Formats: sequence, C-alpha cells, structure tokens
Amino acid sequence: MILWIVATLVGMGALAWTFRFAGQQVTGQTPKFRDMPFGVAYGYIVAVLVLGWLVWAYIQGRSSDPAIANKFFFLRIGIEGFIIFAIAAWLFRTAGRAVGTVWSRKMFRDMPLTASFGVMIILIYAILAIFAGLLAPYGQEQIIPGVAANITPGGDPALGGNPDFPLGTDQIGRDILSRLIYGAQNTVGIAFATTLLAFFLGGTFGFLAATFGGWLDQILSRLVDVLMAIPSLIFALLLMTIASVWAPQLGIPLTVFMVLIIAVIDSTRVFRLSRAVGQNIVVMDYIEAAKLRGEGFGYIIFKEILPNATAPLLAEFGLRFCFVFLTIAALSFLGVGIQPPLADWGTMVRDLGGFVNYAQFAPLAATAPLLAAGAIALLTVAVNFVVDWMLYKSSGLKE
Amino acid sequence: MTEPLLKMRGVEIEGRSDETWNPIINGVDLTLQRGEVLGLIGESGAGKSTMGLAAMGYTRDGVRISGGSVEFDGIDLLTASAAVKRDLLGKRIAYVAQSAAASFNPAHRLIDQHVEAPMQHGVMDRSESEEDGMELYRKLRLPNPDEIGFRYPHQVSGGQLQRAMTAMAMSCRPDLIIFDEPTTALDVTTQIEVLSAIRDIVTQFRTAAIYITHDLAVVAQMSDRIKVLLKGDEVETSDTRTMLDAPTQEYTKSLWAVRSFERPKKPAIATGAVPLVSIKNVDASYGTAKVLHDVSFDMHAGRTVAVVGESGSGKSTTARCITGLLPPTAGQILLEGETLPANYKKRSKDQLRQVQMIYQMADTALNPRMSIGQIIARPVQFYLGLTGAEKRKRVDQLLEQIELEPTEYYNRLPSELSGGQKQRIGIARALAAEPKFIICDEVTSALDQLVAEGILRLLADLQDDLGLTYMFITHDLATVRAIADEVVVMKDGRVVEQGPKAEMFKPPHHAYTDLLLSSVPEMDPDWLTNLLEERGVDNIGDAAVGKM
Repeated sequence: MILWIVATLVGMGALAWTFRFAGQQVTGQTPKFRDMPFGVAYGYIVAVLVLGWLVWAYIQGRSSDPAIANKFFFLRIGIEGFIIFAIAAWLFRTAGRAVGTVWSRKMFRDMPLTASFGVMIILIYAILAIFAGLLAPYGQEQIIPGVAANITPGGDPALGGNPDFPLGTDQIGRDILSRLIYGAQNTVGIAFATTLLAFFLGGTFGFLAATFGGWLDQILSRLVDVLMAIPSLIFALLLMTIASVWAPQLGIPLTVFMVLIIAVIDSTRVFRLSRAVGQNIVVMDYIEAAKLRGEGFGYIIFKEILPNATAPLLAEFGLRFCFVFLTIAALSFLGVGIQPPLADWGTMVRDLGGFVNYAQFAPLAATAPLLAAGAIALLTVAVNFVVDWMLYKSSGLKE
Repeated sequence: MTEPLLKMRGVEIEGRSDETWNPIINGVDLTLQRGEVLGLIGESGAGKSTMGLAAMGYTRDGVRISGGSVEFDGIDLLTASAAVKRDLLGKRIAYVAQSAAASFNPAHRLIDQHVEAPMQHGVMDRSESEEDGMELYRKLRLPNPDEIGFRYPHQVSGGQLQRAMTAMAMSCRPDLIIFDEPTTALDVTTQIEVLSAIRDIVTQFRTAAIYITHDLAVVAQMSDRIKVLLKGDEVETSDTRTMLDAPTQEYTKSLWAVRSFERPKKPAIATGAVPLVSIKNVDASYGTAKVLHDVSFDMHAGRTVAVVGESGSGKSTTARCITGLLPPTAGQILLEGETLPANYKKRSKDQLRQVQMIYQMADTALNPRMSIGQIIARPVQFYLGLTGAEKRKRVDQLLEQIELEPTEYYNRLPSELSGGQKQRIGIARALAAEPKFIICDEVTSALDQLVAEGILRLLADLQDDLGLTYMFITHDLATVRAIADEVVVMKDGRVVEQGPKAEMFKPPHHAYTDLLLSSVPEMDPDWLTNLLEERGVDNIGDAAVGKM
C-alpha cells in the first residue's frame, strides 16, 4: 500500500518534470514555463489527473449496468447539477445584462458567475417562499388518500416512483415537493427574521460598547463572554426545552421562543465583531472631530461608524444567516425546533434519514432525505457567493 | 568612459486600475556609473518609487513594464529568468524602504534578518556575517554596535532602525542600492544622523545608489547628479551643483521657489492685550506617565503661533489639552480670559465651536463614506442651524473659499480627491464652524512641497480675511519660517524657548533650539559636510545615544 502511494507520488513528480521540460522546449523558453516552480507544474498534473478521473467516473455513472451506475450515481448527479447550474447562472446573467434599468444592467455586467448563481438561487428561494401556497401542488400537511407512503423520487414506476409525485412521498404519504416548497417559507423566513434580530441586538450593543468604552464595555463584554462560553447548540437545546414547557402555558407559539433564543445566542458573535470593527473606527480622526463638535452618540454611531462598518457586517450577515439557518434545521432535526406538521427541511432530513442506508443498491430511494439537505446546502452556498461579491465590491479589494 | 552599471532606456510602466492600463512612466532614460549617486526627485505620483523598483526589474502587483530596457552590468533584467534575478537581488542590488519599522519583521532580531541575505547567497556563513553586521553597525555609528543586533525591531528607535536596514542592504556589498525616501519619516535631528551615515558608507564601499526623495535639500547633500520627474516624464537631469545654481526648466524653478514663501512681519502685540487662548501651567499625563510639565504660553488674536519640537516632545498633547480630549492634571486653559472646562464633554456648544482642529492625516480625518458636501454641511447645520438652500449656499461659499469649484466637488467622496484637496476639505470643515481659533496639527507634513505651499498660502489668506488665530504644530522649520509670528519650542514635554519669530531665528539660542535649527537641511550641497565638521562626528553619535 505504502509502496503504491510512493510510486504514485514519484510518478506524478516525474510527469510534472516532463511537462515543464516539454513546455520549455516547445515554447522556446517563454517566461511562463522557464520560471515555473516545480510545485506549480505538479499542481497542473494533479489537476489533470483529477479531471480525468471525474470524466471516467461520469462515464461509469452513465453505464447501462445498474451495478456500476449505482456506484457513481451521486457523483453523476453532482457533475450534472454543477454543469446545469453553471449554464443557468450564465443565462441568468446574460438575461440580466439585456433587460432592466441602467443600474441593474451595470450590476449584472460586473458580476462574476458565482455571484449571479447566488442571486439566481436566492431569487428562486424567495419566490418559492412567498408563493408557496400557489406553487405547491398539495398542502404541506395534506395526507393524500389512497397514495402510498415512501414513494421513491424520480417518478419512474419501474423504480418504485409515481409520475404524480416527482419527488416522491414521505413516511406518511405527504408530497415531498410540496413540503420542500413550504419548507422554504418556514425555515428560510424564520432564519431571516432571527438573523435580523441578532444583528439588531449585537450591532447596537457592540457599537455602544466601542464608543462608550469603560464600564459599559466591561459589563457587556463579560456578559457576552459568559454566553459564548456555553456551547451554543447545547444551550439552545436547554432553553428550548424550558420554553416548550412555558409556550403552551403562555399561549405563545414555540417558534417565537426559538427565534428569540437563537437571536440572543447569535447576537453574541455579532457583538464581538461590531465591537472590534467599531473600535477600529472610533480611533479615527473624523470620530474625534465629531466628538469635539459636540455630537451625540446616536449621530456618531449611525452616521459616522455604521456606514464604515457595513462591509464586514454584511459579510457576517451572510455567514450568520447560514449558521442560524443550520441551527434551526439542527434543532428541528433534534425535535425541538419547528414543530410538525409544519414542513421544515431539518425535520424532513431526520424523518427520512433512514433511507440513506439504501445508497449502495437503490440510490434513488436514498435521495429522499438528501433533497432537503441539498436545499439547505444550495442556499448556504448561494448566500456566501453573494456576500463574497458584495464584500469585494464594497471593500475596494479590486484595486 | 567605462560601461555604466545601470542602463535604463525608454522605460515605460503602466498600472492597472478600473480595468484599463494607465501609464505611470512614459519612456524615461536613466544611466548610472559605478560608485555614482543619483538623486530622483519629484512630487508624489511622479513615479519615483516605481522607477526605483524598475531599476531592479521589479514592479508592484498590478503594475507592469510595458516597454524599454533595464540593463544591469550587461544583464537585461526584463528578460532575465527568475533564477538569474534571484541571484542578483539582495546580493548585487539592494533596496532600502521608506519605513524601516514596517519593513523589518517584528518577530525576529535585527541580526537574524541581517544575516539572511549573505547566507542565502552563500557570500558568508553565519558567524562571519554576524561579525560583518557588527562592523557595519559600527560604521553606521549605531550605539553599542556589538549588541544592538540582538535586539528586536521595536527595541530600537526609528533612526537606528533605518540605519540597521541600510546595514542590511550593505551586507552583501552590493553594486547598487536603491534608497526609497529613507529619511522621510524621521525627525530633522535624526535625519542628519541617517544621512551622514548613509553617505559615508556609500562613499566608503564605492556603491552606486539611486536616492529617491521629495526633499530637495536632502538630495542636494546626497547625490552627484539629480533627475527631476513629473507625472512619469523626465523634466531635467544634471549634476547637483548645476541643478541647484541654474535649473533650466520652469517646473524645477518652481520647486526651488517654494522655500521662499514668507509672510510680512506683523506689528508687535499691544501690552496688556488679553490673549485669545492662554495656557497656564498645564501638566498632563497618559495614565501614570507624565508627558507635559508646566507648559505655559499665550496665543493672541489674528496671529500664528508655531509649536515646534521633535516627535514625543508634547506638541500634540498640548493640542489635546486645549481641545479638552485630554483633561490636564494641573493648570488651566483660558479662552478670551475665561477658563474652559477641562473636559470637552463639559464645554458648551459655543465653546466647542470656537476651537477647531485640522488634522495631519486628511485620510483619517474625513469620513470616507460621506460626500464632501455632507462633511462640510454638518458643522454648518450643527452650530449655525442652517438648513436647505441656506445651508447649501454656505457650503458653496466655503468651497469657494478653499478654492474648489462647488458644483464639481459637492458630491464627491474623499477618496476621489488628491491629498492636498482633502486637506483643503479639512480646512473648510474647521471654517464652517466659524471659529476664532484653529489648531493645525502637522497639516502639511504629509504633503508635497508645492501642495504644502498652496495650503500654507491659503491658511495665510484666510487669516488675513477672517482674523483667525492659528496654533501651528510642526516639526518642519521651513514651515515655521514661512507662516509663524511667534514660536514655541518644546522638548520632552517642556517649553524650552518662546518668542517672536525674528528673535527665535537669531542667536543666541537655547542649546536645543540651536540643534533643531542647524539640523534643517539647506539647499547648499556642502551644508552637511560643513555641519558635520562644525559639530564633530562623534557629537552626532553621542546625540543618538542620548536619545535612546
């Protein structure tokens, strides 16, 4: 085994050397090949080998023998998804450049493909969430009479599917497609509200601590330290358990408690960031000038500090949104988050999770829990792409 | 004549911004003989540093050499392979950067960084190189040369660090050193030590050098020939004496003329007049460290008081006491005979309005997210309560006062202005409050000479028109000569001497004032030589030790 690894590494090294040498000879010592470090040449070889393997695996995945095709099924879906999304993002950007106002056209013109992918996905999710009632073929809690439970996704009767339910049904016969669409409304909507609240709390207190300093800073910061010292998921679980006792007594939906609890826990991270960013801005001469002018704290925080802190806060918003979103999914997965029968992606992953065991021989059946997981992953990636791009634009990194 | 060491022909350099390549250098020639020192001068943005780096065949990120040739000792640096360049750089061509503090790695001792190049290039082994380093430290007149190398960069002063970097550049005995503004960040008194050290060592080892600076007086001391650059073009080149005595181009002449700006003398202050601002026996401290000791001086209406001294002398701290940012531990500040509350938070809006400040770094003094209009309008609205069209009218008026076209600049962001224009906005913001007293904290030290002169003239005109009083903090005595009526000299948190300008520039001086005055470089190429003879070289070394 070790011999094999060593042999492969040495072989690749030799390939890399040959590649660089051949490049030097063929191109007549152009600087690109002449000054190419060995590591870069090695990198090219590794990239070519990986790419080659992917092509081979994809061809295997398209094989007519199910035994071989099943082995590479998810890889095939992944590659196809990647290509389809790339093309879709490109078309979306091209369309954005052609129609719309001057401003939006200019925006699309400067946009990298990753960002247009992110914007496209977020738009799709937003539309799904807003018009869930119209778009979903069935209700989220509707158990359709006479329909079997656990219909395989794919809609192919030969493989246990049903064309009426393209993504199959869950363990009690509800339409998965409808539940995914409603899930966008529930999970994403709640996550967005929670993140906003977390930013409002953390941002306000963070800037206050940075501007005031002294004892206020000490009290707030130590309080945040204490909250951060407790593992956040465990803490949220604990509080949710308490809240689930209170909620029925007070007649307030448990979801409200969940939003508050996650917002407070996550606002500690926002506090840390906005305090650190705020402290860097507070030492600037223009803040001193504003203080000497006799400006109040409201003006200094909202007019002088906040506009200069938007870039890092925006980046944090994207990340934080994903974390909140994952926390909600995790809490729902553990059974204390969004309560059934409301559709939620985390709950869906948990309920259908057992099907993953079929991945070896019936990949389509194993897809059922992965649909909700994929929806989470896709949004997370999309949000981060968009945030990266906004950050790039606002921070002047392009210079 | 022998073959020159460095030959740059028709060098064209472009920089990338907003997706296009813009020219930085448009075909400049440069020839350097062995052992010759060439001074490269020009204002910022003239392409001096870019040209200096190009002499090593190097460009910064986002910059490329698009034409011409750079030949070092027969080797074409533009087409040479990375391996060939690696062998040259550090060994035969060395570079001394402007800010030694930012160029040393703070995590390693000086000597560890010193021996890197000789060991890498196989010139010496570690112990040889260490010994050689100490030898160089001695030649550069660093105090305790045998042990200073074992300190970390933060444990030595700025001037010493700059010399340590020169020693580092010398470590392989290169044929060519590029000095990129090595003394710009230093005080005048420290600058002399570094200048004389650099000059000695360059002559001793017959090293060729390109000396980049924007200070004419400095370049006059250092170089055999001077080349003047303006916006990427060569203006003129000739040997130092010819250049100083008879510059041929208009631009060069205007550079020379800057130093001649001087305001007419004002009548003496009437006896018994109440000073506008009076500082009485002020002590101040940062935490437990006392930084001001019994500082007292008066500033009278309509006059400019220059506060001079090197960094750490307490000039800016005095300003912070006056503005109330740092409440003094003893003594008081009087405005028109009335005591001001020590803390700015306790002062009334009107008291705050009367005392305004202009900052050294216009970059950090203007909120980068506010437009010029918003920045100037804020104090107008805040203090004078003007809104709408009236506010706009007042802002336009202020912009006209600082000689910027209102319609063009109103909606711009600070990042869209040049350094001099930003400083003008800082002035307009201070004026917007309609104050009586303005503190100018090193307002011209970050600017080029021509631009700085424009700012000084503007301040002088505004003073004549509006009867303003300035407290002018500076370490540059040329500025003092140009604008001051009274001078206060500070050292180590104490006032060592004060009086009208005319008296201050005439002997007899306090010993420290004398040191300060004589350290200001003059345009005479023999100035440094004469000065060193006068003071005796050992004296300068002592001064360095004394300052540690």
